[in-house]
Amino acid sequence: METYTFLREFADSWVLLALILFYIGTIAWAFRPGARATHEEISRIPLRDDGFPEDGPCQSENTDTRR
Amino acid sequence: MWDAIKLTTLGLCAFLAFILSDWGHDFAFRFHAFLCMVALVAVFIAQLRRVGDEPVPAGQSGYSGYMDDVVRAGVIATAFWGVVGFLAGVFIAFQLAFPALNFDWGQPYTNFGRLRPLHTSAVIFAFGGNALIMSSFYIVQRTCGARLWGGNLAWFVFWGYNFFIVLAATGYLLGATQSKEYAEPEWYADLWLTIVWVAFLLVFLGTIIKRKERHIYVANWFLLAFILTVALLHIVNNISIPVSFMGSKSVQVFAGVQDAMVQWWYGHNAVGFFLTAGFLGMMYYFVPKQANRPVYSYKLSIIHFWALIFLYIWAGPHHLHYTALPDWASTLGMVFSIILWMPSWGGMINGLMTLQGAWDKLRTDPIIRMMVISLAFYGMSTFEGPMMSIRAVNSLSHYTDWTIGHVHSGALGWNGMITFAALYFLTPRLWGRKKMHSMAAINWHFWLATIGIVLYAASMWVTGIMEGLMWREVDGQGFLVNSFADTVAAKFPMYVVRGLGGVMYLAGALIMAWNMWMTIRGGARIHAAVPARV
Repeated sequence: METYTFLREFADSWVLLALILFYIGTIAWAFRPGARATHEEISRIPLRDDGFPEDGPCQSENTDTRR
Repeated sequence: MWDAIKLTTLGLCAFLAFILSDWGHDFAFRFHAFLCMVALVAVFIAQLRRVGDEPVPAGQSGYSGYMDDVVRAGVIATAFWGVVGFLAGVFIAFQLAFPALNFDWGQPYTNFGRLRPLHTSAVIFAFGGNALIMSSFYIVQRTCGARLWGGNLAWFVFWGYNFFIVLAATGYLLGATQSKEYAEPEWYADLWLTIVWVAFLLVFLGTIIKRKERHIYVANWFLLAFILTVALLHIVNNISIPVSFMGSKSVQVFAGVQDAMVQWWYGHNAVGFFLTAGFLGMMYYFVPKQANRPVYSYKLSIIHFWALIFLYIWAGPHHLHYTALPDWASTLGMVFSIILWMPSWGGMINGLMTLQGAWDKLRTDPIIRMMVISLAFYGMSTFEGPMMSIRAVNSLSHYTDWTIGHVHSGALGWNGMITFAALYFLTPRLWGRKKMHSMAAINWHFWLATIGIVLYAASMWVTGIMEGLMWREVDGQGFLVNSFADTVAAKFPMYVVRGLGGVMYLAGALIMAWNMWMTIRGGARIHAAVPARV
């Protein structure tokens, strides 16, 4: 099979499937349980003090949201 | 030792540039070699003055805190290039209305054909590009809690990018162009931009990697997508082989419809990732900041991000309806353009609803008002775009001034207004002033710019649809009724109105430049309470 035909068929099948699954995966991941608290926290990042954090991380308490 | 190597290299490069400015095959190349020499000598002198200075160890004074001097330079460059680009736009708008303004004595340099890319590159890449670079440097530091990575590399990005702008702009005037819309600069300018862009990516990514925040805020996602995709687009669309290493002419590797498809894959994604994703990054930071409220829905911003980048990249073929491009490809482009409407409006709604509960600020805060009108124009042009990508609509709108109007409602309305808002946000903060010198001047700017855009867009709708209808009008025997010159004559009044809209937009930008100058020079005007007359 010539290279063009091979790549074309590969792109039209497996790559298309992989892209769609990845896309659906990102959307599903945004709706995972427990995401709301994390998103709430991230959305407040710009509203924190504009000053330079001299030492340590920006957030003081419990930065681990993975749990 | 390190200083000696650096100085020797700079000196040798300057000498090489000097030789090329004599040996080059065409004037544009020789002139650019000369500009390189001047720039290298300037860097040489700057380095020479620094020889013998004690290096400041990292972490000590001068190296702590955010790196804001490069952002300040970017703010000034943005305002400067904005005024230059708008002025060029107003001038070429009047050239179309009054062809005598092409000036016989100035040919070929003052020709519309050479000034038009000067205008588009000045507003998109000089004004928009500087706005994006300086605000991504500002945003990434604030949202990561970290100083820019790479030290003076950020300065290299700033000066290197602006040197590219100068190469591009002077090249157009001297006739060095590869005739690809929005990618006109010739091969050596393209190579230089590639180096600068990789440095930009390194600075941005380096800062994200050493961040002190746990999460990467959504604005940084958009900005990173913008930097990465523009790198990809720039490299693929500019694959060309120079005719000589001492001349400005190059030959494209792609040909025919493949070249057209690559060009509009680039061209539409320059809109999608340079003028949309990048500016959305600005929007997701500056709108919450100015409204002092978190973004309406962070979930929506994530969906907005992934949907936008997954869909935009396919929309390019709608620029090539009814051409040699296969039908399936142009249908694909059309379908993706229409789907793209949804994430675009999701983003607009997310930005507007951030003001939920703070709508009163619209009345009191002219900067918020600019952000809202910018989002409104984003919504309008992302509805108009999908509609124009439909093949049947495109058969009327393509090659007419409707397209020009569409581009400008997006560029002047969305990109321009959000950039002005960012400049008004940043100027007092970066120079340690309480607020802008004059709030009334921001109001003037807002109304001048808004009415200017309305005049521009409305006149282009009228003239575009009119000329589209005139082109397709046939008489009873099937002959075309109008010649091309008939449409040109009929368009004259609308061209004058468009030019006046441009004058108003330019006037607003000049007021902004004055306001910024006064703010930087001296702080906010004091409003003394005037005792009431008894």
